[in-house]
Amino acid sequence: MKVRVHVNLKPGVLDPQGRAVHHALEGLGFKGLEDVRIGRLVELDVADDTSDEVLDEMCRKLLANMVIENYKIEKPETV
Amino acid sequence: MGGFRAAVITFPGSNCDRDMAVALEMISGTAPIRVWHGDADLPDRLDFIALPGGFSYGDYLRSGAMAANSPIMRAVKKAAERGVPVLGVCNGFQILTESGMLPGALMRNRGQTFICRTASLTVENNQTLFTSGYEAGAAIHIPVAHHDGNFFADEETLDRIEGDGRVAFRYNGACNGSQRDIAGVLNAAGNVLGMMPHPERAIDADHGGVDGKALFESAVNTFVGA
Repeated sequence: MKVRVHVNLKPGVLDPQGRAVHHALEGLGFKGLEDVRIGRLVELDVADDTSDEVLDEMCRKLLANMVIENYKIEKPETV
Repeated sequence: MGGFRAAVITFPGSNCDRDMAVALEMISGTAPIRVWHGDADLPDRLDFIALPGGFSYGDYLRSGAMAANSPIMRAVKKAAERGVPVLGVCNGFQILTESGMLPGALMRNRGQTFICRTASLTVENNQTLFTSGYEAGAAIHIPVAHHDGNFFADEETLDRIEGDGRVAFRYNGACNGSQRDIAGVLNAAGNVLGMMPHPERAIDADHGGVDGKALFESAVNTFVGA
């Protein structure tokens, strides 16, 4: 099972990279840009029976730093 | 009295471990034991543990995140809980926050650039085993060299550590975007210190000053006095 974990800075935590990219996009002439936040996408290929609890634990223990980051787990659509 | 029994941990990518060992030997008179990150156990009866600077595991994922989960860190955590002094400098500070041994997190510098210069610091608390050799409020000069030294914690945590005297050092003037210009933080028990500036690089007048010496002297003197 392929699982995607999106890790992003929490709201309110200043994102220096996002700010620099924001300025760079404006420098290229793009208008109407409100904000840019940069995160990380981690793609996991895990056993099909991996529980949500285990995925959560992976995120909390390593993939995200809960002091500054939130994470979102995206699993394949179950049909 | 036996010699000062210190350990310097080397992770893959550490690059200040030798400097740390030289500083500890110069001040204490005893060469520290060098410990590899993959070891599960620390030498027994340690008086001091140092986590040196560098770029452990190539800063993969987040600076210090991989090293925080290496086998030796379980032993370091246990030793710290028993009261053994632990000093983390630069990447060592990042490893201590990532492992939850210190509050907060170290983010990319606000200006996005690697900062490599001598920083002016204020000794905020000289009533600690790492800082007793400094005058309270002293201005000292210690080199910094980092990309991820921007200390972040939420306001509640900042108020708590400030109120408890756990800010050991503060930058004089903005350095890397750190909240409240915090440069060095202690744990609640006061035996774990993380700091971005490199005291081990300020022990020789020929190499940019000696303001780092008092930190190691403080720790050694605490040991002698114990």
